[in-house]
Amino acid sequence: MATAERYVGGGVLRKEDPTLLTGQGSFVESITLPGMVHVAFARSPYGAARINGIDTGAAANAPGVLAVFTGEDLAGEWAAALPMAWPVTEDIRIPDHWPVARDAVRYVGDAVAVVVAETREQAIDAVDLVDVDYEVLPAVVDIESARADGAARVHEQFDSNDCYTWTHTNGDVDAAFAKADVVIKEHYTQPRLIPNAIEPRAVVVQPTPAAGDFTVWSTTQIPHIAKVLFALTAGIPEAKLRVIAPDVGGGFGSKLNIYAEDVTCLVLARRLGVPTRWVAGRSEGYVATIHGRDQIQEIELAADSAGKILGYRASILANMGAYLQLITPGTPLLGGFLFCGSYGGEAYHFECTGVFTNTTPTDAYRGAGRPEATYAIERAIDALGRAVGVDPVEIRRRNFLPKGEMVESPCGLAFDTTDYETNLDHAVDLLGYEALRAEQAERRARGATRQLGIGFSTYVEMCGLAPSQVLGSLNYGAGGWDAATVRILPTGQAEVVTGSSPHGQGHVTSWSQIAADALGVSFEDVIVLHGDTQVAPHGMNTYGSRSLAVAGVAVHNACGHVVEKARRLAAHSLEVAPEDLEFEGGTFTVKGVPERQTSIQEVAYAAWTAHSLPEGEEPGLTAHHVFDPPNFTFPFGTHVCVTEIDMETGQVEIARYLAVDDCGNVVNPQIVDGQVHGGVAQGIAAALYEEARYAEDGTLETSSMLNYLVPSAAEMPVFELDRTVTPSNSNPMGVKGIGEAGTIASAPAVINSVVDGLSHLGVTEMTMPATPERVWQTIQNAKGGAA
Amino acid sequence: MIPAPFEYERATSVAHALELMAQGGEDARLLAGGHSLLPLMRLRLARPTLLVDIGGLDDLKYVSGNGDAIEIGALTTHHEIADSHELGEACPLLTTTAAQIGDPQVRHRGTIGGSVAHADPASDLPTALLAMDAEFVIEAVGGSRSVAAADFFEGPFMSALGDGEILTSIRVPVSGASGVYRKFNRRAQDWAIVGVAALIGTDGGAISSAAIGLTNMGGTPLRAEAVEASLVGVSGADEVAAAAAQVADIGMPPGDEQASAEYRLHLASVLIRRAVGDVLT
Repeated sequence: MATAERYVGGGVLRKEDPTLLTGQGSFVESITLPGMVHVAFARSPYGAARINGIDTGAAANAPGVLAVFTGEDLAGEWAAALPMAWPVTEDIRIPDHWPVARDAVRYVGDAVAVVVAETREQAIDAVDLVDVDYEVLPAVVDIESARADGAARVHEQFDSNDCYTWTHTNGDVDAAFAKADVVIKEHYTQPRLIPNAIEPRAVVVQPTPAAGDFTVWSTTQIPHIAKVLFALTAGIPEAKLRVIAPDVGGGFGSKLNIYAEDVTCLVLARRLGVPTRWVAGRSEGYVATIHGRDQIQEIELAADSAGKILGYRASILANMGAYLQLITPGTPLLGGFLFCGSYGGEAYHFECTGVFTNTTPTDAYRGAGRPEATYAIERAIDALGRAVGVDPVEIRRRNFLPKGEMVESPCGLAFDTTDYETNLDHAVDLLGYEALRAEQAERRARGATRQLGIGFSTYVEMCGLAPSQVLGSLNYGAGGWDAATVRILPTGQAEVVTGSSPHGQGHVTSWSQIAADALGVSFEDVIVLHGDTQVAPHGMNTYGSRSLAVAGVAVHNACGHVVEKARRLAAHSLEVAPEDLEFEGGTFTVKGVPERQTSIQEVAYAAWTAHSLPEGEEPGLTAHHVFDPPNFTFPFGTHVCVTEIDMETGQVEIARYLAVDDCGNVVNPQIVDGQVHGGVAQGIAAALYEEARYAEDGTLETSSMLNYLVPSAAEMPVFELDRTVTPSNSNPMGVKGIGEAGTIASAPAVINSVVDGLSHLGVTEMTMPATPERVWQTIQNAKGGAA
Repeated sequence: MIPAPFEYERATSVAHALELMAQGGEDARLLAGGHSLLPLMRLRLARPTLLVDIGGLDDLKYVSGNGDAIEIGALTTHHEIADSHELGEACPLLTTTAAQIGDPQVRHRGTIGGSVAHADPASDLPTALLAMDAEFVIEAVGGSRSVAAADFFEGPFMSALGDGEILTSIRVPVSGASGVYRKFNRRAQDWAIVGVAALIGTDGGAISSAAIGLTNMGGTPLRAEAVEASLVGVSGADEVAAAAAQVADIGMPPGDEQASAEYRLHLASVLIRRAVGDVLT
């Protein structure tokens, strides 16, 4: 690099925090506009029902109510149904998905009417008065009953509840299985999870009726994508739309979507000519915001007698829910290249069938397909180790892909850079593996009440979405690039405009570090603008652990272009050739003549006045760069979970959790640690606590935090974190995504640990979440008796 | 969520509160710490038409003892109980139980009177009070009465407290016995899946008296009487375990999404054994 790295890699405190921690953040809910009206939704209490009629009279007459609309009332407002941007196969079944249901409801929470009132409270009170004549129909809530003969159909327009089947094969799988000494076949389930961003969803729309334009403030991860899709759904020219994602309190994928409430508030603002606002309640969000996971998996490994894997077969059924949200069908396929994990082999086959049910639609939730795949392969490799009598560490070592660059995985993709064994060795050293095994043996020998389990997960994941061409080949509806504009203002600060849309990730801090180093200005002198399509017109936004590896690199590259131009301008003012200048710490110096120099700030001022520019140069010191990476990034690592299992109650406590991740070069270690902390916590949550459950009639039983068990800090262990550094070759910064890795890695580490802790009883199976009763029952069964 | 509309009055005295409750009729509810009622109202599972806020009645916030018994004002918070040196000396079961309720925010707002009056079978304090043979002092327009804990709890969220009555204080006998509360839950701040309150007196290493209260093992807090009887005179771990297994004598507890009846019964026996073990070691 041309300049010394002063900030990148250092433990810089987050710039965002003083504002957020002192309550000065600007969230959608805190936006108040003159004349604003409040919107609330009447929602179906039934999993499946026909709407025979809706009487809105009582609601319309309630105090403060301005209008009540049914789905039929709003039918003329839509240019298109709610968008689904990932038609994964030619023959995928895509049901019409209107923001407010018309003739039928298909899940509990499906919107049936909209109340507009002077206050939010009045709107919510009036929702109770909307009288819907439902004809209740049988519902199907789980994958297996939806596929059973004679199952009730979620969409009568289709002859079954299957949505699509997508397959992917690499190599001769049958040949690999035919020559195997050992074949293992495992079945796993992925419970349905409910995302819990700390900020519920909200939207505010301000129309300017005379101009025909609209500003939408939304709790979204994807303001730029939303602008395109709002335009198409509501039939508003895109140029008339401005979408702003102000401070957004977390998303985890749940705000990577185009929701009924957002577009309804948009068309109501158009219809009524006044600003509209909707804010979700927590329980409302539980039914009206996408869910995650919910799969049935079958995985087969074919191996030789030493446990070296030859081939893989993975077959999954994925619960779509009642409708296809933005990327519902594609979400499980993001794991479709990872059922072979970090391991080698000759051949790979994956197939996925999406299944409609009368439940809230599923979609991308932190990791999106990759936690599911990683869970399957990391559990299965332990099973293979048991089958051939090899320790979990050794079976992984025997199967790792070799160290290298552009390493071909059995799945057919080339992984950017790999060095798995070094990473595993480091984790095993930090863990003190031998001593732990000795302690485990000792506890078993004395029949201790609390037994020890040790579980590994040596994951790799694909993220940093990613090459536009590859996404196109998968029928994904958007590109994989991202954009940055960098300018040095006349008074010397650097303004970075990014296409990423942070909602907790700390991009303002990390992008400041990148720009400060590249431009040679101070960290404090960088400001980062984002999340407003009028300020930052180009972007592909924040999801899939893509921001640093794509948008952050775009910032880095745009800074490089700024420095190139500054070099030409500096050379002009110093009357030397550009190649005669050295650039360091924000200063251009004539080589060998240290007293002849000019700062990048002086250059910026000269570029602004434009009094004397070289021939052909435009005024201003600014550059725009769009980065479309040549490949995904493939971060990897070793996670180890040590559990203590109370053999009398079945309660599992995490005694230690060690994560050694490799996300390439690190911009901000503290932010990376934070991402791993949160990610691992979400994986532990899935492994031990969280599970969305539906009653047979479609009622969401886990309808609040009372019984949907989001764990708190009190349930979390102290995280022991370390890293190895294997720079990516997918981008010039050598960085890889880390936002989802913790979630992807952790659940199998926890469950492998529980299985390991009970293995002396012959236990090999454990279903997520490993609740105390489930673990206790497993122990009872293994002991061959009842309680 | 936002509660359904309701009226609100702030009482200035117990008498005033009684008067307001009488005016409000059967859909009037008292508001103390609000940690049971307000969540139900926010989910619109409770829809009182009038809330009578007694939170400002500081004369219901006290701990006072006379050696044989301690009286606790109904508005004393869980935190104040957990933090009370006097209660810690005289009724350790009560302080250790209060310290395990919810989280710090809940303990600073929730009150002992509110917890008792709400009569949630999953609440911790009612079980401890039942094990301690507490008495509840109830005020009504016509005068006051006292109800023993054993007679107070009638079913889930149902108690001997009548319309228009206010629980004003709790009287706890001072026994000198050791107290342990053992709670099983999945998250630190959750209600008990099973809770066990053990009040154990010892004499020369053997158990001389035993009272065992059970949380969330039925529609009301329960006493494990068979266990209590079996524990007296016992000193060894095996005997304690055998006595704890007698908890099955209460019959089948409820099964729900958190725990089946069978598992709940098993947990109760483990927790009793561990709670009594805590006292003996």
